[in-house]
Amino acid sequence: MKRTLLLGAAAALLAGCAAQGGGETKSASTKAPGPGLNKGYSHDPFPSTYRAYPGRPTLITNVTVLDGEGGRIEGGQVLFRDGRIVAVGQTLDPAGADVIDGQGKWVTPGVIDIHSHLGDYPSPGVDAHSDGNEATAPITAEVWAEHSVWPQDPGFSRALANGGVTTLQILPGSANLMGGRSVVLKNVYARTMQGMKFPGAPYGLKMACGENPKRVYGGKGRMPSTRMGNVAVNRATWAKAADYRRKWDKYENDGGDAPTRDIQLDTLRGVLSGEILVHNHCYRADEMAIVMDMAKEFGYQVSTFHHAVESYKIADLLKANNVCSAVWADWYGFKMESYDAVNENLAILDKEGACVMIHSDDANGIQRLNQEVAKAMAAGRRAGMEISPEHAWTWLSLNPARALGIADRTGSLKPGKMADVVLWNGNPFSVYTRPERVWVDGALMYDMNNPKLRPVSDFELGQPGEGDVK
Amino acid sequence: MRGLKAIAVLMASAAALPAAAQDVVITNAKVVVGDGSEPIEGGTVVIRGGRVVSAGRGGAAPAGARTIDAGGRWVTPGIVAGFTRMGVVEVDGVRDTDDSSAANSVFNAALDIAPAVNPKASPIAINRAEGITRAVVAPAARGSIFAGQGAVIDLGADMDALTRPRAFQFMEWGETGAQRAGGSRAAAMTTLRNALFEAQAYRRNPSSYEDRGKDALLTRADAAALVPVLAGQMPLLIHVERASDILTLIELKREFAALKIVLVGATEGWTVAREIAAAGMPVIASALADLPISFEQLAATQSNIGRLRAAGVTVGIGSINDDEARQARLVKQYAGNLVALSKVPGAAGLTWGQAFATISSLPAEAIGMGGEIGSLRPGRHGDVVIWDGDPLEIGSAATSVFVDGVEQPLVNRQTRLRDRYLDPKEGTMPKAYQY
Repeated sequence: MKRTLLLGAAAALLAGCAAQGGGETKSASTKAPGPGLNKGYSHDPFPSTYRAYPGRPTLITNVTVLDGEGGRIEGGQVLFRDGRIVAVGQTLDPAGADVIDGQGKWVTPGVIDIHSHLGDYPSPGVDAHSDGNEATAPITAEVWAEHSVWPQDPGFSRALANGGVTTLQILPGSANLMGGRSVVLKNVYARTMQGMKFPGAPYGLKMACGENPKRVYGGKGRMPSTRMGNVAVNRATWAKAADYRRKWDKYENDGGDAPTRDIQLDTLRGVLSGEILVHNHCYRADEMAIVMDMAKEFGYQVSTFHHAVESYKIADLLKANNVCSAVWADWYGFKMESYDAVNENLAILDKEGACVMIHSDDANGIQRLNQEVAKAMAAGRRAGMEISPEHAWTWLSLNPARALGIADRTGSLKPGKMADVVLWNGNPFSVYTRPERVWVDGALMYDMNNPKLRPVSDFELGQPGEGDVK
Repeated sequence: MRGLKAIAVLMASAAALPAAAQDVVITNAKVVVGDGSEPIEGGTVVIRGGRVVSAGRGGAAPAGARTIDAGGRWVTPGIVAGFTRMGVVEVDGVRDTDDSSAANSVFNAALDIAPAVNPKASPIAINRAEGITRAVVAPAARGSIFAGQGAVIDLGADMDALTRPRAFQFMEWGETGAQRAGGSRAAAMTTLRNALFEAQAYRRNPSSYEDRGKDALLTRADAAALVPVLAGQMPLLIHVERASDILTLIELKREFAALKIVLVGATEGWTVAREIAAAGMPVIASALADLPISFEQLAATQSNIGRLRAAGVTVGIGSINDDEARQARLVKQYAGNLVALSKVPGAAGLTWGQAFATISSLPAEAIGMGGEIGSLRPGRHGDVVIWDGDPLEIGSAATSVFVDGVEQPLVNRQTRLRDRYLDPKEGTMPKAYQY
């Protein structure tokens, strides 16, 4: 919340800054004072208009609760009201709340997918909808994934109803070294992107290692065409960004003439100042190590390596650098940099104490992330590791929330957090289990037993199969 | 395992020969026959000479057979992957390793995937370790609606992978077929009918059928390859998604009555399920496709298979446009999800027995090989898997895999990498010295 206020204040100052920057001509004697650090321009020009839908005070009883922070309560209860988790325990006061008897069922926090392209690569996947890769230059840090999001993508409803996904990060694709900004969405249909936007979630910068950028630009006969080219272009760009940051910091602190705005470098300045989190598509262990050294060179931090197929080889290094890995359970072999995949990747990282989570990168996979974690858990157990279901759920909600910088608001069933809650009709790590109800901010947005509580996007209206159970 | 035996002998390499089939008796098992029936507790499976003798309660052990006490665990037929590109692709992103298609070949229907199958491709070992013992391997269409002749393979750890080469012809219809034919569904229909007419001409008098070279609408080799299709001796697998396209194919069969058409994909099949059932066309479907990912899949739903089955269609699971080269092992998870669907009001799921059949006997029956593979009914290939739990449940693993009665290794490069990096830190020597 603090963040939102800060950004709101920055926006309010914008008009004044622009007047100073453009209107004030060079005057050596009367130097205007700076607007204050990070207040030279709006950092939130497309603000969230998401509002939680009305919910009813609800107490779910008789369930197995996985709280998302490693806790588990048998015969447990979960109470939420006014969009917030009120309490989790065994005997809560039901006063004023609807009571749901969940005998034999399980309750968890909503699933968070840190890596999705829903909206940017929506269904139907026709060329006219292909809005995920601005593959026209290796550095496009100036593009924002949110400007491509089609809020009517039928995929959002499948992720909600089949996967219990309540929050997801939409990333630009991986054609570019710096592909642009990500956006975090609540999984609630709206008419506009802003209506889905997670209030106050930090932006991310999507970066990509390896085969994709070198293939895309090598194929165009331009740099980069090699992995060394990838790193060279990245370093040259960070050097430029450092210079831009110095100029703007100086202006905002000390005043004078405002530097020329560069939308691309705005994003990189945000990374260097810690305001924007780096989400780096990177498969190979050796490349991740190089990226971590590059980050040290320029003074930024990688939040998460995405895909991270070889993270298991350098779990110690990742832990030492405090970098998370977002991984699949069992994708392998579709390209050379995924050739060394093992099903135990997630479990090995976890065992070694490195931060790790599941992710989908896929409109189908996002519907079954609980099953993907079940696979990773089973592989780890078979390799001799002890992994409890309550711990494994941290890979589905709290760890991605942390990596997205929103763990203070969602990701676990902690009192005060958003009531993003899934009631499963059995053990969510069983293939035979389905979401029965899903609440987002305490509002019931899916109910298996109520055909009217299944969203049908504009695109599907009046089409074959409309409104059918999907 | 039979197809390449002659070649294997010619190679004169002892290592290349399949191990001898064993007589195996598995007792005290929770037996799944694979025919749609529910599991049988306390059952016995008898394999003799590489073939199933019996499975169920009772069953006499042949003298000298190896006996395994399953300790009450699940014992099933090996999984049959209903539609894959296994063994013909090593790494999708490395074109040199991909033999699934040939965009620049003048030949199409005549292409035979069999010689391209590499029994040592890593996806074969990885899927074998997860209980997949047979796979339908299809070529991919590039230059024509016809992709060529697919094979059925086994996943045994030997150099003899072919169960049935030239087991079927594969063809693209719908949006992809339209593109391959020049740009429209109308062009695809004309192309198909023309090819069948040409094949008829070839069949009437092969010696007078001239090869008109690369400019021909159908080469001599392609015409020859379509003769068994025309005669119904070779199934014609057709990738088709939209309901109206399925009805078009049903209509076509009235004209070319002998065609043995198998629908592959069939996302919108449920909307014309009765017509498919009446036409007697089996279906190899995607299990969980529920997104309108194209305009020919607008009615996509996970209830497709359940509704087709309820209408009386023979329907198994295949991986169409779904990691066909590598991830056949996922069909177990897909089948399990169809069981879960049976608890969703308004949806159509499957019972456990029905779900298991969609990844064992039903894909085999769809391609006309139900008498050979896919179940533990007497006479089938001795493909058996012992599991440490419910095979459709996530977390269960195959503990013993038999192909043609031969126990298989379950080690692969993934398990080797795992073992090397269970402790990721480097020790007194680099990891490269640890193997």
